[in-house]
Amino acid sequence: MNSALIEFRDVHKAFGANAVLKGVDLSIYAGEISTIIGKSGIGKSVLLKHIIGLLAPDSGQIFFDNVALDRMSGVQRKAMKITCSYMFQGTALFDSMTVYENIALPLREHRKYPAKEIRSRVREKMAQLDIAGIENSYPSQLSGGTKKRVAMARALITEPRVVLFDEPTTGLDPIRKAAAHQMIVDYQKQFGFTAIMVSHEIPDVFFISQRIAMLDEGRIIFQGACKEIQTSQHPAVREFLDSAARANGLCPESGKRNGGSDATR
Amino acid sequence: MRSTNASSPWLNPLPMIQTMGRKTIEFIERLGRIGLFAVTGAIHLFSWPWQWEKILAQVYFIGSKSIFIIGLTGAFTGMVLGLQGYYTLVKFGSEGLLGAAVALSLIREMGPVLTALMVVARAGSAMAAEIGIMRISEQIDALETMDIHPVRFLFSPRLGAAIISFPLLTAMFDVIGILGGYATGSLLLGLKTGTYFGRVESSVVMHDVSGGFLKSLCFAVLVTTLCCYEGYYTHLREDGFGAKGVGMATTTAVVVSSVVVLIADYVLTSFLL
Repeated sequence: MNSALIEFRDVHKAFGANAVLKGVDLSIYAGEISTIIGKSGIGKSVLLKHIIGLLAPDSGQIFFDNVALDRMSGVQRKAMKITCSYMFQGTALFDSMTVYENIALPLREHRKYPAKEIRSRVREKMAQLDIAGIENSYPSQLSGGTKKRVAMARALITEPRVVLFDEPTTGLDPIRKAAAHQMIVDYQKQFGFTAIMVSHEIPDVFFISQRIAMLDEGRIIFQGACKEIQTSQHPAVREFLDSAARANGLCPESGKRNGGSDATR
Repeated sequence: MRSTNASSPWLNPLPMIQTMGRKTIEFIERLGRIGLFAVTGAIHLFSWPWQWEKILAQVYFIGSKSIFIIGLTGAFTGMVLGLQGYYTLVKFGSEGLLGAAVALSLIREMGPVLTALMVVARAGSAMAAEIGIMRISEQIDALETMDIHPVRFLFSPRLGAAIISFPLLTAMFDVIGILGGYATGSLLLGLKTGTYFGRVESSVVMHDVSGGFLKSLCFAVLVTTLCCYEGYYTHLREDGFGAKGVGMATTTAVVVSSVVVLIADYVLTSFLL
C-alpha cells in the first residue's frame, strides 16, 4: 500500500476539561475519497480543522506528505495551504460580499490570474454547480442549499489537491444531495484530488467513498473500505449503522429497504 | 462567642494574591497580543500586493462618511468656545484674544481628541462589530484556509485608511470650529472680524499644527488597533459568546478606545509642550 498523504498519530485535543480527541490514529491516502462518520458533536469537524491548521493538537502529530505540520517551515506551510481547500459546515460565506465576490476571492487575493480569466473560471464553476444567475445576490438572500453550493464552488475554484468537506450535503434536497455527491465523485475523478469528507449521509457515502473512518469517544474505532465497515461487528459501529439504516427506512444488516427493494446500487 | 472567619482576605491573603497575579498576567498577555496585532497589521500595510482598493474603500467609510458628523461637532464646539471664551475674556477686557483662544484650543487639543472620539463612535464600533461577526461565523477561519492572512485582509486596510483620514478630518474639524467661534464671537457678539482672524493668524504657529497632526496620527493607530483587535479576538472573551460576545466586544472597543485617546492625549501633550 502507498504511504498515507495525511496521517494522524496519537492526536489529543481538549477544550478546557472537555477532551474531544483522545489518541486519534488515522491515515488518509492520496487520490481517494475518505469519509469520517460518527455521532453528532463527537469531534469530526475538530479532526478536519487539524488538517488545515485551524486547530493544533495538544499532543501527538499530524503528517502531511510525511512532514509533521508542527515542523513545517513557513514556506512549506504556505505551500500546503495553497494545495488544500475547506468547505465549512456552516458555509462561512462572506455575508458582505456577493456570490461572485465570494467565489472569486481566493483567485483575486492570490493574483494568479487576470480579471478576465477569473471571471470565466467563476462563471464556469457556477454553471457546473447549477447556481448561474445569482452572481449579484448576497448570501443572506439565498436558501441553505444554494449557500452550500456556493461554498462548494468557492472550495473548488482553486482546483486544490486536497479538499476537506465538512458535511457538504446537509440541508440539501435528495436530488441536489445526489447531484452534489456525484459532482464530488466526478471532480475527484477529473482532477484526482484527495477528498476528506465529514458526513452523516449513510448509506450514500458508502457509494462514493473509497475509505471510511468512524470516530467514537475521541478515537478512530474503524478505518477501512466501505464493504468492510458494513460487515464490521464492532458494537459501536453496528449500533451507528443500524440506527442510520432505521432512520433511512432500511433493514439493518441487509441494507435493504423495509419494502424489500434493494437500496444499494 | 468569638468566631474566626477563615475566608477573610486579611487572615488568608493567598487567594487574593493569586487572583491579582492571574489578572496581571492576563493583562500583560493582552497587551502583548495587542502589540503583535498592531505590528503585524503595520507590516502588512507594505506587503505585496498592495491593497489600494481596500484602503480607498475604508477611506470612504472612515473618512468620507464621517465628514457630516465631524463638521457638525466641529461647528458647535467652536460656537460654544466662542460664547464661553467671549464672556470670560470680556471680564478682563481681553475679548480681542478670542480668536487665539478658540484656535489654539481647537488645534492643540479639542480638534484631534473630539475627532478621534467621534470616529470611535461612528466607525470604530462598526469595525469591532463587523470583524466580530466575521469571527463568530467562521469567516476569519475561511480566510485562513484560503491562505489569506486575516490581519492583512481585515486590519491593514483599515489602519492605512485611518492614518490618511484622521489628520484630514482633524484639519476639517479645526477649520470649521474656528469658523464656529467666529460666528458666535463676531457675528453674534460683535467682535470685529479683523480682530478675531488677526489673533488667529498671529497666535497659531507651525508647532501647534504639527502637534495636532501628530496627535491625530497616534489616535488613528490606537483607535483602529483597539477596535479591530476587540472584534478579531471576540472568540477569546469569557464574558459572552456569539451575538452577545460581539456586543460586548463592540462596547469594550468604544470604551477602551475613548479612554486610551484621553490618556494618550495627556501623555502626548506633556511631551509636546
